[in-house]
Amino acid sequence: MSITVEEIFETVNMTLRQHFDIRTVTLGINLKDCMDRDLDHFCGRIFHRISEKGRQLNAIADAVETKYGIPITNRRIAVTPASILLEPLPRTQNAAVRLAKTLDTAAAKADIDFIGGFGAHVHKGATSAEENLIRSLPRAISQTKRVCAYFNLASTKSGMNMTAIEQFGHVIKDLAKRSKTGIGCAKVAVFANVPEDNPFMAGAHHGVGEPDYSLNIGISGPGVVKTVIEQNPTCDLTELSEVIKRTVFKITRAGELIGREVAAQMGIPFGIVDISLAATPAAGDSVAEIIEAMGVSRMGRPGSTAALAMLIDAVKKGGSMASGNVGGLSGTFIPVSEDAGMIRAVKEGALSLDKLEALTSVCSVGMDMFAVPGNTPADIISAIIADELAIGVANNKTTSVRIIPVPGKRAGQIVHFGGLLGSAPIMPVPKIASPKFIARKGRMPAPVQALRN
Amino acid sequence: MAKRKKASQVCILTVTGKDKVGIIARIANTMAKANINIIDVSQKIMDEYFVMSLACDIAEAIIDLPNIQKQLQKIAKDMDLNITFQHENIFKMMHRV
Repeated sequence: MSITVEEIFETVNMTLRQHFDIRTVTLGINLKDCMDRDLDHFCGRIFHRISEKGRQLNAIADAVETKYGIPITNRRIAVTPASILLEPLPRTQNAAVRLAKTLDTAAAKADIDFIGGFGAHVHKGATSAEENLIRSLPRAISQTKRVCAYFNLASTKSGMNMTAIEQFGHVIKDLAKRSKTGIGCAKVAVFANVPEDNPFMAGAHHGVGEPDYSLNIGISGPGVVKTVIEQNPTCDLTELSEVIKRTVFKITRAGELIGREVAAQMGIPFGIVDISLAATPAAGDSVAEIIEAMGVSRMGRPGSTAALAMLIDAVKKGGSMASGNVGGLSGTFIPVSEDAGMIRAVKEGALSLDKLEALTSVCSVGMDMFAVPGNTPADIISAIIADELAIGVANNKTTSVRIIPVPGKRAGQIVHFGGLLGSAPIMPVPKIASPKFIARKGRMPAPVQALRN
Repeated sequence: MAKRKKASQVCILTVTGKDKVGIIARIANTMAKANINIIDVSQKIMDEYFVMSLACDIAEAIIDLPNIQKQLQKIAKDMDLNITFQHENIFKMMHRV
């Protein structure tokens, strides 16, 4: 046998004991050719395409899962940004809500748990269709279950759309009020420099630079990385980086194999492998616990940012060696509610909102899935978004915010979202921030880093 | 014209669990009935624990992969073992450049 027994059991143990899985196979579908001035015709066409392709994706993912014995946990769909699809249609909330409901029922019919792309790129300005989409967002998201929305509000190349950022403070509050836990806000992420091929929700969409179909893979293995770190309790950080790199190489190769096979069986081009380490609320599947295994007493305490920076660097080096198609977000997710170690760190007071923001300056994804009191003013939500997106704009990287102002809850209380979304302690926010700054609106010009030609 | 032999499809089976009589017999029997050719076996006992890895070729198998998995998982349940069955490409991809 060309593979040794030790190597066989290393792989087997990754899935049996260390929660290694393919976190998501996400099928990108171009819907631009379905556009129409007639809403009924348009909705009929997209329903047909999404439900049929979704069913095919599920069947093929099941077969590949059986063949390789690696679980494919989520099968998802990302479509052309809704704002483009809405351009020929009337500027009414009903049209946007109808689109969201069609995406929702098509995903349900294909047994797809989340469908992404209900969003727009408005980093420089918004068309009237995009403005209509933003106004319709609270209704569309609260009346659907599976639809995820993303909005790109800033980019290094064009600066920050502060008018839209101001508006999103109100949109997020409005959406939160429409459910008991504010759960709708878990399905909306705002971005700076959003990638067009990200397979992970809520930011997934099928970007304008993509072909008709693309198959993108999100791998995941915080448990695997944590285990190898624990097996090397005393080595120095240079060696530790090497150990992480080798492990991420292996799990990325598995992702690449499965992605290519699913794409080939569907007869569509393979897109990218996103090498992000994505946590789940399950015990042992936590990014915060990796940082703690590295020797930080609790995620959020001094040392965390340096440890996270090293972790992500090692992840990127191992991943980019393993696959020529690394893309999407490819960093580390530290969503508060979805990671048992993050929840514990907030509860114990080790991790504050300020440190969460600092951590995102080295982590690709941003301030994700954190809950704040329901009475947080809209201008403070806008200011938190502006700060976070500024980190992305100035550092030429993706950052995002998924903030949940939970109605009727105060700082220190806990909100339970259930399932993959987990539960979150409500984090305290300052009573007053920068209302006058946010009220200025306008566009913050692109930073000098944008002038690269 | 002679019938061409199908290209081999090697899968790796692993078994771990408490040692008892008949583990290999039962697995080998299931494979034989399904016309699966066993090409390599490595097995040892570590502190009463049975650890085995087995390579086999399913190219000529008369049942499909989901059914092979189903039968193996039934053995795992009956004999209180952990059984995995995976296409060899996953190991090649992860451990060979």
